[in-house]
Amino acid sequence: MQTPGEFELSRRGVLAGGAASVATAALVPIGAAAEAREAAAALPTAKVAFDVNGTAHELELDTRTSLLDALREHLKLTGTKKGCDHGQCGACTVIVDGRRINSCLTLAVMHDGDRITTIEGLGTPDKMHAMQDAFVEHDGYQCGYCTPGQICSAVAVLGEIKAGVPSHVTADLTAAPKVTAAEIRERMSGNICRCGAYSNIIDAITDVAGVKA
Amino acid sequence: MKFETPATTNPIDQLKVIGKPTRRIDGPLKTTGTAPYAYERHDVAANQAYGYVVGSAIAKGRIASMNLDAAKAAPGVLAIVTAANAGKLAKGDFNTAKLLGGPEIDHYHQAIALVVAESFEQARAAASLVRVEYTRGKGAYDLAAAMGTAIKPQASFGTEPDSGIGNFAAAFAEAPVQLDARYTTPDHSHAMMEPHASIAAWEGDKLTVWTSNQMIAWSVGDMAKTLGIPKENIRFDSPYIGGGFGGKLFNRADALLAVLGAKAAGRPVKVALTRPLMINNTTHRPATIQRVRLGATADGKLTAVGHESWSGDLPGGGPETAVGQTRLLYAGENRMTAMRLAVLDLPEGNAMRAPGEAPGLMALEIAVDEMAEKLAMDPVAFRVLNDTQVDPEKPSRPFSQRRLNECMETGAERFGWSKRNPKPGLTRDGRWLVGMGVAAAFRNNLNGPSAARVRLDKSGIVTVETDMTDIGTGTYTIIAQTAAEMMGVPLDKVVVKLGDSAFPVSAGSGGQWGANSSTAGVYAACVKLREAVAQKLGINAADAVFADSKVKAGRRSAPLGDAAADGELVAEDMMEYGDLAEKYQQSTFGAHFCEVGVDAMTGEIRVRRMLAVCAAGRILNPKSARSQVIGAMTMGAGAALMEELAVDKRFGFFVNHDLAGYEVPVHADIPHQEVIFLDETDPTTSPMKAKGVGELGICGVAAAVANAIYNATGVRVRDYPITLDKLLDKLPDIA
Repeated sequence: MQTPGEFELSRRGVLAGGAASVATAALVPIGAAAEAREAAAALPTAKVAFDVNGTAHELELDTRTSLLDALREHLKLTGTKKGCDHGQCGACTVIVDGRRINSCLTLAVMHDGDRITTIEGLGTPDKMHAMQDAFVEHDGYQCGYCTPGQICSAVAVLGEIKAGVPSHVTADLTAAPKVTAAEIRERMSGNICRCGAYSNIIDAITDVAGVKA
Repeated sequence: MKFETPATTNPIDQLKVIGKPTRRIDGPLKTTGTAPYAYERHDVAANQAYGYVVGSAIAKGRIASMNLDAAKAAPGVLAIVTAANAGKLAKGDFNTAKLLGGPEIDHYHQAIALVVAESFEQARAAASLVRVEYTRGKGAYDLAAAMGTAIKPQASFGTEPDSGIGNFAAAFAEAPVQLDARYTTPDHSHAMMEPHASIAAWEGDKLTVWTSNQMIAWSVGDMAKTLGIPKENIRFDSPYIGGGFGGKLFNRADALLAVLGAKAAGRPVKVALTRPLMINNTTHRPATIQRVRLGATADGKLTAVGHESWSGDLPGGGPETAVGQTRLLYAGENRMTAMRLAVLDLPEGNAMRAPGEAPGLMALEIAVDEMAEKLAMDPVAFRVLNDTQVDPEKPSRPFSQRRLNECMETGAERFGWSKRNPKPGLTRDGRWLVGMGVAAAFRNNLNGPSAARVRLDKSGIVTVETDMTDIGTGTYTIIAQTAAEMMGVPLDKVVVKLGDSAFPVSAGSGGQWGANSSTAGVYAACVKLREAVAQKLGINAADAVFADSKVKAGRRSAPLGDAAADGELVAEDMMEYGDLAEKYQQSTFGAHFCEVGVDAMTGEIRVRRMLAVCAAGRILNPKSARSQVIGAMTMGAGAALMEELAVDKRFGFFVNHDLAGYEVPVHADIPHQEVIFLDETDPTTSPMKAKGVGELGICGVAAAVANAIYNATGVRVRDYPITLDKLLDKLPDIA
């Protein structure tokens, strides 16, 4: 049986091909005018000033630069990792004005005046943050690539619970949430660890929080 | 040094450093974001430009035309590499498909161009302006449909596709209790957190590639072959690797295109594969269709063991070796296994963590559970009854160590197995149907030649250099422990340098051979260094005791560093192996136990408890070895419950090619995990007396989860992953 669109590309077939392929897909027309505009356009840059780990930075950036790439490629703060570049893995987690965000999902120019904390701002190899030390002690990592994001998230998660922010698993929304393994697992689930260190990461976080897992 | 006879007592047996749960020496770097991964090496080459890879939008066919005008004219663009302008490129020995496609296209998202620009944003924008017209060819993308065309593949790595002993057909036909069942496992993706990434720089005809690669020497050799240049002109450096799982065993498009881009642009170029490109551009674990036939006597003795597997790959590729473990795991006089390979035009199939055993045990260990039920036997007792201490195909050849039964019985005791109701679907905890499952873990031990160089300076610092890699496995630390134990120094007096092709060639990271092989190489180099130290200090090496950063012989004692007082001492050696692995079957064993809850109303499956008991030789660092096992258990839970590359059978690609579509376990999916290592040493493997655990940990996990789901619900699912839609209409009636 011939399935529809097997050799004849339909619009549905192109969509099935996925967004990533559309730009180069067979016979997909791309407006010539749009190309000309793209080629002719001057580099769109903008100035942005923010504070990273207590140091003021002023950058003139291509406006398409994500906060993640501003940190990694321009400030050379490569502790923050690029795992997927579209908000699916959490490796790029940083703390902006006290809240954790995926730095790949936000443009650098949107952060004028912000205070940003990255993994480098939490501690150094010689003077680790308690969470960093707990990750080493509990072996809460393997390849280490998701680790800075896990640690930034973990630090922020304990702050969120302390501030009374409820989660999907908080049973009583009127009571202060407690630091439990279930609360931490839920709140940490945006940070993927393919090496599978989850059990140890929970041990590290609960250790820092001073509770039993 | 050649390892030809079983190890006797040696300095490793002191266990002052080896065998102790040790914090990773690279931990402070990894947790503070200061360990440099491939794409982050701003310091190694000035003026780096950015490359962005364009992937093919068809799975099979030809590029009819490619228009680069708009892309070339885009701001910041420095060069565009395609097959048309890259010059002659050979295919690497370890790649099935070419890393740079065109005009022929071998698979979807095969790289067809690299756009190099001043910035990442410019390269990305310009890449979207590359216009490609394709002539689409007809391909085969459906394993089930292609099963009939599958052929007997050639032997690979000395393994024949078929095996047999006794008379399987007759024994199976006569067996009073029989099982004949079909199982399927889907395509899996490594999905390591660090995308494939490389920086390349040319200086004249010398090439340096800073990359993320598990097997440095293989990949240098393949790069040399691809480019047609001497491998002496190529240096690879890969000190930190953000996960591999087999997906970084070989060069990928990032490495080759960074090299070609750097040539074309006349300056260093860095390239990372984007996440949506990774799954179809690189390799994956191939899907399998498996048939398992077991025959047993009424009292549960296996008399016939048969396992067949079908998988697919690109032309020139190989089969997923899913039947390997079945030749060795259980007793039974009449046996057969067979592998058949179909041509599929999907992306390249290749090794992923425990290739062969991982999908093979997903099928076999459900089959064993089903057989135990037919026999009305406990699944632990059934496995224990059918243990074998010898290679069942060659009974004169014993296992070097085999404590599978102890793993099973220890685990059953620790897990509370006696509380399991053998009748499925009857245990409730509120809204949850609760079940327990068990499966055997089995993975062969492999050793490979591995070399290292060891330096001693006058302050007593020992520096180890080897091209061995640490892919999260804890290699830095176990190598430091080995050198510390051998040279009698504390861990903080050891410096370990890895992943540089300028260092002696190691076994590399793969097939769970890395830990034992690479530390054995360091052992060999340290033996030579000890001899050099003794000679320098004028004492007999045989009498010398290395301890507390001193060398003692009789009444004499000198600080270790004194031997290097007038110059650094350097020793280098390689560990090679005789025929002990032929005389003895060296394997690793384990038992996985799992408890699940299945929502009686919705079919939602939750893993509640997991335990692994492993017998894998000497455990060099129980802290990181345990992590290897829990990580593998996590990946196994993913294989059981969610991981599946969905094949578009019309257009021939994996649809869910990112981390939102290809689901892997997250924190909320994984409970507290327990691991027990049986205390053992295997003197036949190396002077370290160790084996591997990184792949053992995933072997059997998915089947243990599947068997627990069956015990909870009475629904037997033989097609992975076990998602709730496969349970929902068969769940017990809700009272």
